[in-house]
Amino acid sequence: MIGYTIRRILQAIPTLLGVTVISFFLMHIVPGNPVRILLGNRYTPERAALLSKQLGLNKPVWVQYFVWLGNILHGNFGYSYVYNKPVVSLILQALPHTLIIVVVAVMLAHIFAVFLGSVQAYFENSPFDQIVTVINYFFYAMPAFWLGILLIIFFAIDIPLFPSGGITNPTVTHPSFGDFAIHLVLPVVTLMLISVAGWARFMRSSMREALLQDYVRTARMKGAREFRIIFVHALRNSILPLITLLGLSLPGLLAGALFVEEIFNYPGMGLLYWNALNDRDFPILLAVTVFLGIVTVIGNLLADLIYSLVDPRIQYR
Amino acid sequence: MLSSSFAQDQAEEISLETLIERPKFMRRFWKATTTKIGVILLSFLILFSFVGPLIYRHSAITSHLLHTLQPPSARFPLGTDSLGHNVLAQMMVGGQSSLEVGFASAFCAMIIGVLYGMTSGIFGGWLDIIMMRIVDVILSIPTIFILLFLNVVFLPNLWIMILILASTSWLGVSRLVRAEVLAIKNQVYVEAANALGASTWRIMVRYMLPNFLGTVLVAATLGIADAILAIAGLSFLGLGLPPPTPNWGGMLSDSMSYMFQNAWWLIYPPGLAILIAEVSINLIGDGLRDAIETRHR
Repeated sequence: MIGYTIRRILQAIPTLLGVTVISFFLMHIVPGNPVRILLGNRYTPERAALLSKQLGLNKPVWVQYFVWLGNILHGNFGYSYVYNKPVVSLILQALPHTLIIVVVAVMLAHIFAVFLGSVQAYFENSPFDQIVTVINYFFYAMPAFWLGILLIIFFAIDIPLFPSGGITNPTVTHPSFGDFAIHLVLPVVTLMLISVAGWARFMRSSMREALLQDYVRTARMKGAREFRIIFVHALRNSILPLITLLGLSLPGLLAGALFVEEIFNYPGMGLLYWNALNDRDFPILLAVTVFLGIVTVIGNLLADLIYSLVDPRIQYR
Repeated sequence: MLSSSFAQDQAEEISLETLIERPKFMRRFWKATTTKIGVILLSFLILFSFVGPLIYRHSAITSHLLHTLQPPSARFPLGTDSLGHNVLAQMMVGGQSSLEVGFASAFCAMIIGVLYGMTSGIFGGWLDIIMMRIVDVILSIPTIFILLFLNVVFLPNLWIMILILASTSWLGVSRLVRAEVLAIKNQVYVEAANALGASTWRIMVRYMLPNFLGTVLVAATLGIADAILAIAGLSFLGLGLPPPTPNWGGMLSDSMSYMFQNAWWLIYPPGLAILIAEVSINLIGDGLRDAIETRHR
């Protein structure tokens, strides 16, 4: 088990390095000279030469890569062109906002998906199962951005229950916890609804398989109540693959968060990236790409390790 | 469970050629009501986008400046937007680019994925490890971030857009193909072909490809849905194909400015169109999978 953990962590390192290489490479296919962009109309050939020497841009690309890699290992992601602030401080401001909507949405989505999927599997082919399957199909195919707009129309405009965007009420100087929470509702619900469908589908098939196992028959023979059979005996086993699925769906969730943040004007990593795209603020773009890559790789790593912890049946060589 | 069904899979060795020749395949494909609904919905969208403009002859890019933000009327069946564009005509033209880009990029992704996955699987060893590690790495970065970035850098036309979308969507196919190749590469008939002096290329195309073309086709079909969603998403974020070409995603993002005026005719049609495209292609993809994977019955 410890050997497996160490090996799995060692395996993640090349992937992490790969993420940095790809991101760095992406930024280098940008046409145009960064020095020219930075200097703007103060451009003279002498200043350009000086600046590119200061920034290390006159060195070969691979040297630049290692210098940059050294910098990010020291937590230095460079300066934003537009905000004139260290990129790290901008990211550290945005990251918690994204994490909170993603984490809350994932937890809620899991609860719903597990419940729906289990009940669907138990009442397989019943009208309930069929109706939920159809609804799931629609939410599975629903674009996050349209769902977000519809939720704003229904629950912020037609029935003004929740605010349509932002993180706090702009007229209040010291926002309360409740103010933060109410601004989270619609973004979280959007992200949750688009995730529930796929997971419920997965949970249904996983639970269906579990319900056919011998231990379910044994439990039934012992006289356990049906509720206990589904939610204690079968659930424990059928829920395990969901851990792996969660790790795998991280990139999709972060992509969903990008749209949700854009629609609800919610200042997370997605909105930071989108604004930086419009400003052509490349240090931010590079840093966000690397950060999200790291989050995904670590998320997958954790999912694998947790899986190996909770499932004693799996033998690791 | 997995390993046993896998072994069955190998034992059956169904090739797409024989599947399609057998009338059974089409019958299995058509049997499910859901597949029929999918085919009907998709045909409707294709007719609407490509044949529609031939019947409903109104320009999508003419601004009727005296009739901006009009609700549906006899003259404008789906109303007009803030610039006085005819929404119905825009929906049709917007569908063309979405469907073209979706189908073409899924096709390109399928070809890249098959070639990459086969190369990785056949040659094995270090090449395989490195090639698959590259796939892992690219998959770690959420696709939409890469797409947005490439979109900003290249300011694409239709063809570049197709390539950009294909550049991130071949990864899944390549993994699938590699796994299939690893499963069949030590089969006796491949060895026999090798012993008879067939070239690697010939073995790939004649002996291996037919084995997993069905699986790849399912993945590619579902890839069309992903590509249509991606192009809509990019347009929604203000990128995608350059104006004045309308696109469902772009129309949706324009409609956001008029949410408070209750301009429902701007909000529902493009969203519904994307939803119908997604649902119909997913239904067809699932139908194809059920028809190809016979071991599940």
